[in-house]
Order: sequence, then C-alpha cells, then structure tokens
Amino acid sequence: MNELHHVGSRAPRIDGRDKVTGAAQFVDDIEFGPDLLHAAVVESPHAHARIIEIDTSAAEAMPGVVKVVTGRDFPFTFGLYMKDRYVFAQDRVRFVGEQVAAVVARDPAVARRAARAVDVSYETLPAVLDPEDALESDATLLHPGLGEYPHVPWFFPHGGTNVAHWRKTRKGDADAGFAEADVVLEDTYRVPRYAHCAIEPHVVVAKQDQAGRLTVWSASQSPYIQRDLFAQALAPLGLSHHDIRVITPYVGGGFGGKAGVTMEIIGAALATAVKGHPVKLRWTREQEFYNTYQRQGLVARVKVGARSDGTITALEHELHWDAGAYVEYGANVVNAAGLSATGPYRIPNVSIDSLCIYTNLPPGGPYRGFGYSEFHFGLESHMTRLALELGIDPVEFRRINAIGEGDTLPYGAEMNPSGLIEAIDRAAAAVGWGTTEVPDDPHKRIGKGFALFWKAPAMPPNASSASFLKFNEDGSINITVSGMEIGQGYLTAMAQIAGEVLAVPPSRIRVETPDTDRNPYEWQTVASHITWSCGNAVHGAAVEARERIIETVHAARGYEEGTLYLEDEMVKCETDPDFGLPLRDFVISGLEMEDGTWRGGPIVGSGSFMPDFASAQSDPETSQGGHPNVHYTVGAAGVELEIDIETGKMRVLRAALAVDVGKAINPTTVEGQIVGGMLQGLATVLYEDMRFDDGGRLLNPNFTDYKIPTSLDTPVQVIPIIVEVPQPDGPFGARGVGEHTMIPAAPMLANAVADATGLRITSMPVTAEKVAMALLEPV
Amino acid sequence: MRHDIEVRLNGEWRSLEVLPREVLLDVLRARLGVKSPKVGCERGDCGACTVLLDGASVRSCLVLAVEADGHEVTTVEGIEHDGLTAVQQELIEQSSFQCGFCAPGIVVAAAELVTRTPHPTAEEVREAISGNLCRCTGYEAIVDAVVTATRDPIRAGEGT
Repeated sequence: MNELHHVGSRAPRIDGRDKVTGAAQFVDDIEFGPDLLHAAVVESPHAHARIIEIDTSAAEAMPGVVKVVTGRDFPFTFGLYMKDRYVFAQDRVRFVGEQVAAVVARDPAVARRAARAVDVSYETLPAVLDPEDALESDATLLHPGLGEYPHVPWFFPHGGTNVAHWRKTRKGDADAGFAEADVVLEDTYRVPRYAHCAIEPHVVVAKQDQAGRLTVWSASQSPYIQRDLFAQALAPLGLSHHDIRVITPYVGGGFGGKAGVTMEIIGAALATAVKGHPVKLRWTREQEFYNTYQRQGLVARVKVGARSDGTITALEHELHWDAGAYVEYGANVVNAAGLSATGPYRIPNVSIDSLCIYTNLPPGGPYRGFGYSEFHFGLESHMTRLALELGIDPVEFRRINAIGEGDTLPYGAEMNPSGLIEAIDRAAAAVGWGTTEVPDDPHKRIGKGFALFWKAPAMPPNASSASFLKFNEDGSINITVSGMEIGQGYLTAMAQIAGEVLAVPPSRIRVETPDTDRNPYEWQTVASHITWSCGNAVHGAAVEARERIIETVHAARGYEEGTLYLEDEMVKCETDPDFGLPLRDFVISGLEMEDGTWRGGPIVGSGSFMPDFASAQSDPETSQGGHPNVHYTVGAAGVELEIDIETGKMRVLRAALAVDVGKAINPTTVEGQIVGGMLQGLATVLYEDMRFDDGGRLLNPNFTDYKIPTSLDTPVQVIPIIVEVPQPDGPFGARGVGEHTMIPAAPMLANAVADATGLRITSMPVTAEKVAMALLEPV
Repeated sequence: MRHDIEVRLNGEWRSLEVLPREVLLDVLRARLGVKSPKVGCERGDCGACTVLLDGASVRSCLVLAVEADGHEVTTVEGIEHDGLTAVQQELIEQSSFQCGFCAPGIVVAAAELVTRTPHPTAEEVREAISGNLCRCTGYEAIVDAVVTATRDPIRAGEGT
C-alpha cells in the first residue's frame, strides 16, 4: 500500500504534446477579432524629473488613434507589499522608460507613432544611481511621500530618507563572537543588476465590456494577485473582485519577472478608457529589459569569524540593495535576504542589516533566487576564503558548520529536516573534489570551486492554495488550480499527486491553467512553494474524492469502507479478491441498486492549504520571535573549470548540484530545474552584464548586447543529484526546488577561478574579459 | 503599394494582399492564423519565430512577407506527416521542454537538421539549434532527445 506508482515516476510531462506541436496557446496567440485595439506607452527619457506639462493634442489628432490617456486619468498607486508604484507617472518620473502616458489605436504601428507625438515637458532632478549615494544625508529623495505609503506590517520604511525598508536580524552577541574567533575576515562584494530574459515578453489584453465586466488575459505567474491588485488600484472606478476576471494560459517563462503586477496594470486601466473594446499591450524586448522588474543590485559587506578548529563564531552581514525606483515587490526580496543571510550555517552570533534603497533605476523585484543568489555570491566566496585562511579544506569547513535539523535559525525558530551533509558529500564526489587535474595545454589552468546554498519561500504567513477536482465519464480527471505552469512541470506534478491518491495515471489527468472565475484561489506561483503548497491542496482534493468513491461503493455494494482501496483505476476490496470495479463505471453515473435506484453521483473533491504555523510578527530590532519562513531547501554544488590564462576564456568541464527536495514528485522535471537553473546561474557570472550610462539609461536592452547562453555555451557536463530527506508537511514529503538551482553557480565559479589562478574576484560578473585583465595586472 | 502574394503554407497555397513593410512573422500570425512562430525579440536574436522557407530555417521576423511570394513556408504544424515526428515523440518522452515558448522554433530547426543530416551528433544538434534561445532547460534535454530519436539503428551499437 505504501509503494508509490505515480509520485516519484519519470512520467512524461502532461503538457509535452501541447508544446512540441505548437498547440500550446500563449496570451499573444489568442484571437480577439477585428475590434482589437493596440496600445503603446509614452516613456520617460529621464531618470529623475518633474513632469511640467503633457500635450496630447498632436497624438489625438492622428488618424486611427482611439484614445490618449495620462496620469491625470489614472491617479492611482498600486503594489504588492507597499503601494509606491503608479499606474502612470504623476508629478514626477523616477527611471528611464517609466510610463507617462499611453495611446490606444486601431493599429500597433499607429499607436507607436502617436506615442512619439505626445509632447511631455520635464524639469530634470538630480538622479540617484548608486545605492551608497542614496544613503548620503544630502541625497535627493525619490519618494518624499515614503512615510505615508501603505505597506505590510513586516516592513520598516524610514520616511524622509531613501531607505524604503530596513530588516535587522540579531542573534546572540556578534561582538562577543568575533572576540572568540581566531580568524576574522571581512570584505565587500558587489553584484550588479540582471534581467530575467523569459523568451515570451510580457503581454496583456484587457476588455471592459458594456456591462462593466473587466476581463484581463495576462502572461503572468500571479492571476489572483493580479485580480487583487487591479481591484485595489481601480477601486475608485467602482471595480471590485466580483467585476474582474483574470485568465492566464500557458506562460513563456517567468523566473519571477511575471510575478506580481507590472505592465499589466496599464492594460487593465486602458480597458476602462475604451470600454467595449479589447486592448492589447505587448512589451518589446527592450521594454522587457527596463520596465518590468530587474534583479536588484547588491553591495554586501561580509565579516565572519571562526576558531582554528573551523567553528564559525560570528557573522556580520550588511546588505545594501539597489532596489530601483519602486520597491512594492522588491522590498520583500530585501526582507527575505535580511532574515537568511547567514546561509545554511550554524552560527551562534549573527548581525544582519538589509537595506532597501531607492535609486533612479528600473524597479527591482523578484528574480529566481529572490535575494539569495545575490548574497550567496559574497557569502560563499567568503566561506572558501576563510577556510583557506584557517588551513581547512573548503568542503570540510562547510561540513563542520552545516546547519542541521533543530538548529536555531537566525530569527530563532528551528531548522527543518535536511540532507545537507549528504548533498555536500555527493556534490564534492561528483566533481572529484580533492584531486587536482593538470591540463596538457600550458596556457590553461584547471580549478575547482564549491558552494552551499539554501533558500526559503518568502511569502506572507497566510499565503494559500486551493484545488478542485472532478472525474469525467471515462474515469479521467480534470483538476483546476491557479498555480502557473511556468515551465517547471507543475501541472505534471499536480497530476502525479492526484494520480497517486486516486490510482489514475497522470496521462489521464488534465490540470487546467487559471481563470479566476473558475479555478480556485492560489496566492501566486513564486517562492518555489507551489509543489509544496498547491500540492497539499491537490492532495486534499484527491483524498476527498477518494472518500466519496469509497462511500459510494460502500453504499451500493455493501463492502466495509475500511476494506476498500483504489488500484489501477479500479476500486478493489481487501476481503474480496474477485471484486474490481472500474472507476469509469460509476464516477459520473453512480451505481445501480437491485431495485433500479442509483447511489453516488459525479465524484468531485476540493482541497485547500494554508500553513498554520507561520508568523511574520517579530521584534523589529532583532527579528526574533516569529516564524516567517515555512522551511528551507538546502544543497551543495561544485564545479571544475578550465581557464585559458591568456584570454581569460573559461570552460565549465563539470558542474554538479545536489539538492534536498524532500521527495522528487518527478525526478525528470527536478533534474530539468537543476540543469536549467545551473545554466541560468552560470550565465549571471560568465556572460550577462547590464550596463547603464551615467544618465541611468540601460545600454544593452536586447539579446545582441546582453548575452544569454545558447546551446553552444553549456557546461561540458552537468550532474544533477537528488537528495530526499522528507519535509514532514509536504505532499509525499516534497519541498520546493525551482529557484535554488541557480543560487550556488556564481560563488562556486568565483571560487574555481581563485583555485585555478589565485585571483579573487569580488564583483560579478566574472567574465573572461575581467579575468584576463586581472591576470595582466601586476600584483 | 499593395502586393498580391501566394505562399505555400504547410502544403496549402494561400493568397493574400500585403504591404511591402509587413514581415512574414506578423503575416503568419495575424493574417494567416498560424500562431506557432512566436514573437520574442523582433530582431533575429531569439529564434522563437523560426520557420522553414523552402526547407531552410529562417527567422520569420527578419523576412518580409513579399519575399515569401511563390515560396514554401513550413511551421511546426507542417512538419508532422503521419502524426508526430520521431524527434517530437522523443522530446515528449524526455520532457525536454519546460515553458515551451521556444519549442516550435527548435522543433523546426531540428527538422531542418534531420533532413540534411539524418543521424546528427550532439555537437551537430547544438550547432543547429544555437540560434534558438531557451532560458529554461539548459538545452541538454533537448539535445539528448534529438540525438536519441535520430540515432542510426545500424551504428547505434558502436557507440558515439
């Protein structure tokens, strides 16, 4: 009975056929007929300026233009965790590319032309482009109204400054911890901004019909959050949740960039201005880079002390985040890092300050890793340096200090079960840790690097999931949920979980993409929490359906409920081996009794899940007392790297990543997360490099100048390793894995560069150019 | 200014009138109803709009519709003959794609490769799809599936 049939299997993805045949429909593929209107936005050319006047008359006079709107038409703010973002700029603009006005036209080319004809006059203000400058006492304030913005209770904005949130975590006594240490190492690490680069650009189509109903088709990770934020922002127009419907078909990659609400609010607002007509807004690749979210930049000062036996005694971590012009989502990245910037280590004395700093650059926000990729670069570089300074092997040093189940987290709660030591050992073995390779070519060096990682979902304590399940006449199943299939294999995982409970193969289960009118609630598909959270909801729905099935068979056939079980799409009985009733025979029609009456009826189930132990309440000065994170997923990764010391060119010979997923619902899709996430992480350190000019304009908003890896830029070998120490409250023991796999890539690579060349690079990216130039410099 | 063009789209001749500035990608999607080529960058960088023009892969965002006049255009819908190709079946079997936005372009690029090189090596597959950006997969599962699906049954025993 405990043997699993579908959970843990390498079942092919249930959306595989849709995707390889071109059948998969994305928002831009939906037909809206000849009445479809197209929108284009007027963008700020300045990083910081006051808007003096907007003249829309020339644009309005152009043939084919239906409507021109400005901030005056929509004087509304919005935001997920803090309402500091504007539907359209009001009195001032805060980054190059910010939407100031929009044109709706019959034709997209006309809309773009008319947008260029909108005349906006500005008075420029000093632009604050560096987070350190933004902290100066005489720095220009980006948000004089910061003190009044509504925000979640776990944020601590400093009104009258550019610090939108300051998360402080204090555990033990850091000064005393450093006094106990034999070695104390301190340095500063810099991480620039990065772009998500989902291949599908953001796109939204919205229509408010003549009856007032607003429907929004959106390429999003967050249909319910979108409905909620639209309802909040557009409430002055008389709209509430009842009036708004968000439909999200397949989405072409998210990585955090399609979480929350960014440009979609423009589409929703425009629909109310052209009532009766659908209006489409599709971002260009350029806009995709500068007006959605970017991964925030970070300046991190790390100080760690350890005794000569390798035990870490104290950590001080000061994180200054370049959070951009609006931080409605990004401030929670800062918060998450501020709670967890010890990494997966047992450290008795901790002091973390994580500051969310406004700058006149594009809004920062969620990006796969949610702050952890950023702080791990410095932290895990530092751990290797500290180990070497102590004369301890860097892997052994990590083994000594690895956090374990029951250890105290930085904010005081207990660490969940974890297979970190197993992950360390297996990742180290996979890259041949401890052996030295000597290349034949005298111009080449080979180095090895190692890094640990951890990450917890960052979400409100009451983030929740729900699921409906129904059987069809042929015994197949449809499940509705509102998580998003952003590529991770979520639909398949949900089918496997339900299939396990109901003894139906995943290939006979459809899991439908969200429509907030029909699919039940989901907070959003972020935080690597969806397999865990929504998986629990689907499990609950399947269990409820199973109970209905058992009750029906009991009522109609008289078998004791406790003896009935499901196997191979049939109901069977422990006490009657001859009994086998196919589900398809009764899950809709019910079962006929001897007198011709019927029992049962359509089998359905529902499930919902909300953690009941999480709490965001804690002491603002120390973060002690709450339970903000539901659990951490941990792991380890190693790399073997070849460097050409004349050109700096690097080739990843082997990369291994071991992650404790609790239970791999589908090992193939977990490996997909490891291999794909690893390459995304390696790209941030080897190739990608966002450049701004001194006016805050992004210089490389395209794939010609912002390089993401092609099929020719992959490691020679990637070794995915699955560790399974069950998560007690996860479905079949599962916990999240999606984001984690890119976190260790950058520090392990920097550590390998140092191992091969002696060169310690403390700022990302670590490109061939940077390595070659550093090697040329006389020491 | 308008031009009458005829395009043999997935085996069927289609006639329509286009402006000289209209690009093939937009015409395929908005005028001819074929949605599998995707709009990803509109400058030839990402490959999501890849189609075959007389059997050779092109980025349809860089081709004017008038250039396709009298030619054969094949999208992923047109590469299937009797059901899925062996490559498509293996891509499903190995769960190679994730979000799937790049998939139509990659399937088309792989189809062109297999026509010219029936039993490609992994390196040849990487080269063939190197103009198609995928942000999700790390490519390996795609390369493996194409190689597995096209492995020469006679030479398979010798190893590669």
